[in-house]
Amino acid sequence: MYLLIVFLPLLGFVYVSLFGRFIGPKGSSILTVNCLILSFLFSVCSFYEVALIGSNTYLKLAVWIDSESLNIDWGFLFDSLTVIMCCVVTFVSSLVHIYSTEYMAHDPHLARFMSYLSLFTFFMLILVTADNYVQMFVGWEGVGLCSYLLINFWFTRIQANKAAIKAMVVNRIGDFGLTLGILSIFINFKSVDYATIFALVPLFTGNQFNFLTLDFDIITTIGILLFVGAIGKSAQLGLHTWLPDAMEGPTPVSALIHAATMVTAGVFLLARSSPLYEYIPVVLDIITILGASTAFFAATVGLLQNDLKRVIAYSTCSQLGYMVFACGLSNYSVGVFHLVNHAFFKALLFLGAGSIIHAVADEQDMRKMGGLKRLVPFTYSVMVVGSLALIGFPFLTGFYSKDIILEAAYGNFTSKGHYSYLLGTFGAFLTAFYSTRLIYLTFLCKPNGFRTVICKAYDSSYQICFALGVLTIPSIFAGYYTKDMIIGLGTDFWGSSIFVLPENMNTIDSEFIKHIFKILPVMLSLLGVFTSFFVYTFSNATLFQLKISYIGKKFYNFFNKKWFFDKFYNEYLGQFLFNFGYTISYKTIDRGIFEIFGPMGLSNLISKKALHLKNFQTGYIYHYAFLILAASTLFLGLREFWFVFGNFVDYRIFLIFSIISFFLKQ
Amino acid sequence: MITSNINYVLNISVTLFLIGVLGLVLNRKNILIIIMSIELMLLSVNLNFLIFSIYLDDIIGQLFVLFILTIAATESAIGLAILTVYYKLKNTIQIEKIKNIKT
Repeated sequence: MYLLIVFLPLLGFVYVSLFGRFIGPKGSSILTVNCLILSFLFSVCSFYEVALIGSNTYLKLAVWIDSESLNIDWGFLFDSLTVIMCCVVTFVSSLVHIYSTEYMAHDPHLARFMSYLSLFTFFMLILVTADNYVQMFVGWEGVGLCSYLLINFWFTRIQANKAAIKAMVVNRIGDFGLTLGILSIFINFKSVDYATIFALVPLFTGNQFNFLTLDFDIITTIGILLFVGAIGKSAQLGLHTWLPDAMEGPTPVSALIHAATMVTAGVFLLARSSPLYEYIPVVLDIITILGASTAFFAATVGLLQNDLKRVIAYSTCSQLGYMVFACGLSNYSVGVFHLVNHAFFKALLFLGAGSIIHAVADEQDMRKMGGLKRLVPFTYSVMVVGSLALIGFPFLTGFYSKDIILEAAYGNFTSKGHYSYLLGTFGAFLTAFYSTRLIYLTFLCKPNGFRTVICKAYDSSYQICFALGVLTIPSIFAGYYTKDMIIGLGTDFWGSSIFVLPENMNTIDSEFIKHIFKILPVMLSLLGVFTSFFVYTFSNATLFQLKISYIGKKFYNFFNKKWFFDKFYNEYLGQFLFNFGYTISYKTIDRGIFEIFGPMGLSNLISKKALHLKNFQTGYIYHYAFLILAASTLFLGLREFWFVFGNFVDYRIFLIFSIISFFLKQ
Repeated sequence: MITSNINYVLNISVTLFLIGVLGLVLNRKNILIIIMSIELMLLSVNLNFLIFSIYLDDIIGQLFVLFILTIAATESAIGLAILTVYYKLKNTIQIEKIKNIKT
């Protein structure tokens, strides 16, 4: 049963990708959807067995690599962290599958699409169920690959190609860090198994290893390198640029990438490596500050985006920032709790956005929508639920996790805690603001789109509404019903899967912070909602005046252009690297040094020297006679005086002569 | 036996040989002189053989001298034959005019 959870999606992928053209789009849809639903049911069973009853499951399938001290097995580890991830991944993924069957119904490549989705789920499950870092890396790279395939699904569009390559390359930067992290783990711990490493971590605190004559603290280095991987995958500040561009793919793909899979892998890695991170407070500080900055940054950028999906993408980025700084403050369980809740309502938001886009003839610009409240009432209601959950409206899912994150941040009573509390609270205000803006511009304001489009807008039926409706339920109730189980005081839900040092625990402290700081995020969120609503309803003219004023324009540009991150990356980093690639590595090394010293240069040299040697043959007999005399004299002289020359001849001189000969002209 | 001044005698033969070599190399005029220089070199070698044959009291050196004499005679005969044929053909024996042996 445990293996079926992982391998059913693979079965769906293999069968549909090989025989998709024979069983047709409908057949492939039925097959993959059923595989995913079965997988979800098994996940629920395993959730019951592992998380609720508490019988962790270890499975060793086969030996993968067995070479001296390097032992890597295909093994699966099911503990609380894994099964909760499995449930979320398979749940959201099955709904996305069901949704796609209608959303992509008119696409000629539906079978390919479904097979990619299944492969994506499979790799994500491999990622969460692995019992060692290398197998986790298989899933890690696999989801990167599938994100490439899926973002690039409409491969005839140049924008989709560019976005997919960007996602792949930017992810690779993080993956490189992760690879280095795994390598340094192996070098120091001589193992890549979770169990072995985490048992050994306390022994390695303060130990150093030597690299290029510099001493590095072992676990600090490992922690930072693993976090670099998490930055790339979870789109934290610095490597976040791929995430908004990933919107080029079909909308269910965005839902899958942003909600349940892919971006959650970074947070999962942090939570999984909690026994490691607990012993490196420095890295935890870095994680906290970067996460909080991401939360704030993405919230400000989301404020002034005009693309429907891009707004939601930036809210993903922002929410991931919350999760990451929760992990940085040692509240891994809270981070994972927010991850789970976020998966539900973000999937809901994205699928709802897909439904809207479907309704208005693939128009993604919010400024060209409006007035859809009456036309797509069901989508409107689920989007409102999703948005309210996202802004942490009391008693919806998002409220429970977001509030506990911010409380824990304040209750940490350190400067990093206050920093993240401040940015997180302000980010909550901004989140509420732009979510309401999204709702307002899409549904509430007067219709701004083309008449032909607006007239034909209607709610999609069956599968789309089914997926949306099912997702609405956990978006409303999941937080309330699972809060005590997952992050309640003294809960034994996590078992040994998450480890927190006693001195880092602060869940109890956060219960005793001042009331005003507990209530502040919610109040600010509600304030954000009302501000946004009233500003957009009653003072559009003022807003427009503000926007076209000198300072307003600067602000608008700054936020609309994403703090000029892309501009900076493209114009300085990208240009610099391209220039480097062209002038240094291509022109100087490849065409320069390798051409001169390589085979081409050698053959040129020999033919050139041969031409020179040919000139010795003048045709005059006395020249030949002289040459014979000179050469025989030389040989005889060398033979006679070798005991004198032999001491002074340095072979390195000949090396220099031969190198010089490459550069001689004529 | 005269053993003390063999170097003195050898000097003569080596000098003769070098004169022959220089005549071979420095001469730019005449093929006839080349053949004469070669004869000179062979003679100096003969002299060398004879000196060592007497010095070492070994007959083999004199045998060699006889052989070399015959070889030198045939060689100069063939050389002169080539020379006359060449002269018939080109009407000159100047070395500077012989430059068609360039590859």
